[in-house]
Amino acid sequence: MTEESGGHGDISVGVQGATGSGEATASATRITPGNALRPEDIALAVSRGTAKPGEDVAEFALRLGDDALILAQRLGHWISRAPELEEDIALGNIALDQLGHARSFLSYAGGVDGRSEDDLAYFRREPEFRSVQIFEQPNGDFAFTIARQFVVSYYQFELYRRLTESTDATLAGIAAKAVKEVDYHRDHSAQWVLRLALGTDESREKMIHGLKVVWPYVDELFRDDELTGRLSESGAAVEPSSLRADFDRLTGEILAEAELEVPKVQPAPGGGRRGLHSEHLGYILAEMQVLAREFPGASW
Amino acid sequence: MASQTLQSVPAEPSPARHETRHEMSPEDAARRDAEGQAYFDKVMAEDSRIEPRDWMPPAYRKTLVRQVSQHAHSEIIGMQPEANWISRAPSLKRKAILMAKVQDEAGHGLYLYSAAETLGQPRDQMMQDLMDGKAKYSSIFNYPARTWADMGAIGWMVDGAAIANQVPLCRASFGPYGRAMVRVCKEESFHQRQGFEILLELSHGTPAQKQMAQDAVNRWYAPALMMFGPPDDDSPNSKQSMAWNIKRFSNDELRNRFVGMMMEQVKVLELTLPDKDIRFNEETKKWEHGPLDWDEFHEVLAGRGPCNAQRLERRREAHQNGAWVREAAAAYAEKQAKKQADKEVAA
Repeated sequence: MTEESGGHGDISVGVQGATGSGEATASATRITPGNALRPEDIALAVSRGTAKPGEDVAEFALRLGDDALILAQRLGHWISRAPELEEDIALGNIALDQLGHARSFLSYAGGVDGRSEDDLAYFRREPEFRSVQIFEQPNGDFAFTIARQFVVSYYQFELYRRLTESTDATLAGIAAKAVKEVDYHRDHSAQWVLRLALGTDESREKMIHGLKVVWPYVDELFRDDELTGRLSESGAAVEPSSLRADFDRLTGEILAEAELEVPKVQPAPGGGRRGLHSEHLGYILAEMQVLAREFPGASW
Repeated sequence: MASQTLQSVPAEPSPARHETRHEMSPEDAARRDAEGQAYFDKVMAEDSRIEPRDWMPPAYRKTLVRQVSQHAHSEIIGMQPEANWISRAPSLKRKAILMAKVQDEAGHGLYLYSAAETLGQPRDQMMQDLMDGKAKYSSIFNYPARTWADMGAIGWMVDGAAIANQVPLCRASFGPYGRAMVRVCKEESFHQRQGFEILLELSHGTPAQKQMAQDAVNRWYAPALMMFGPPDDDSPNSKQSMAWNIKRFSNDELRNRFVGMMMEQVKVLELTLPDKDIRFNEETKKWEHGPLDWDEFHEVLAGRGPCNAQRLERRREAHQNGAWVREAAAAYAEKQAKKQADKEVAA
């Protein structure tokens, strides 16, 4: 990129304006205005050795990065297909936020063995992905997408809110930025749950169906394992089960307002954190990785 | 208000409130139209701006509704070839940039539909005209985005041509259109740079990547040049648009200027343009290019391009699939408003 073409900062490296802050340097040409933590900052800190995750933290970051990446991939499909232009923009925004979180978590996770965000996203096989199964569930109709958003945004909000106090400074930093964005995702999904549930008979039926189809995958989000046990002991993270009460209370309030009930369905066994996925993830990865794998080692 | 020196004349109320027209006597209506025309002419002479409430000649309104809505449709249909690569973008950074870009285009569509709505045309109607095939959009989006390099070529050439077209529109005489263009152009210039950067990265990559970039440039070059519209001697509406201060430069003038810019930039890319006749004419001080296949242009315009059917079908599908959602949102809003009103009555 030549200097003469002038005008805008370079989004690809995101460095111009990094010395400034706030509105004065905010522009439509940078992913993140101001001094908020960006994936590039984390990659830089990792490569300089100023931020290095231990094995447990790296594995945990990989989990959250994969959750956000797979969700971004799903939501990105709505862009140009949404029910209204405003929703093309809203779902696109949420997808972008999730992709930003994914890039940050993956950049950090790769710090343990020198892999980049792209090495992790494009050159791992399905069993190496650590996302839980709710994120890979197909978009379905708009009501299903909203049902999935409703669950994951309330889950992510509770998780990130607690991670802002992580003893791991990088996890805390990523969470501090992400929690503000996920708060908007909660608002977006809750408003749509209300509109669809209380709109027309047809929309209500679809909303009820969407929640019923997504709910078997809720339990997996809150399952503890050895890794979360160790991380909660060290203060780097929390046990997922500790988020459940707040999740149930807050989603319950919206469901009550929408005159809906928590679906009575059997939970799926899950297993995403151990690399056991539903039938859907393979297709997502095949599509996402095809070009990068066609040109291994290439720079884009 | 547009002019400091003359009182503006309010426009005729929108067609929906047509009965008020009948209340006005023919003499009053004629006087109002004469005053309106005088004000409009003065605004044109001063190169100032007409605002939505101002009187304007019906043909001016009609031209603008057509142009602004076509522009909006182009943004919306133009999302599709690029959305086609979001899921396969070869790095996460590129994926984020591409998502943001396609999202910007939805935003541009929104500002432009809003600008057109100030002329009295509802967005639903414009959308319906698009889906019914009654309204046009830029023909360039009827070409397929075959490879990743097309993301570069579209950004560099298609958005580049759009900028060359749109920068003068920032001064368009209709206020809301001009102001929408200011913001659109800012974002477009970023889009062009990201496209250039994609191509630069490819042309400095592996031989296969460089070939991919060259192939994309070859395919998008002529369609991009044709974005400026037919040659001046075959562009019947241009003269009136220039008299109304909507259009500032002729199609050929903008096209030639654009070719000059491309010629400079393609050197940095170390790629070539598929046109051996490009030259700078020392006498006219203008860039010239080789012949363009205007038959192909008219074919695509007539609906016989590679993706015409696909693009419209995708738009219809999204619109139809979303019908129940829009109905639900409207029903919910109505119920909420009624609830609020009942509350106020009770209080």
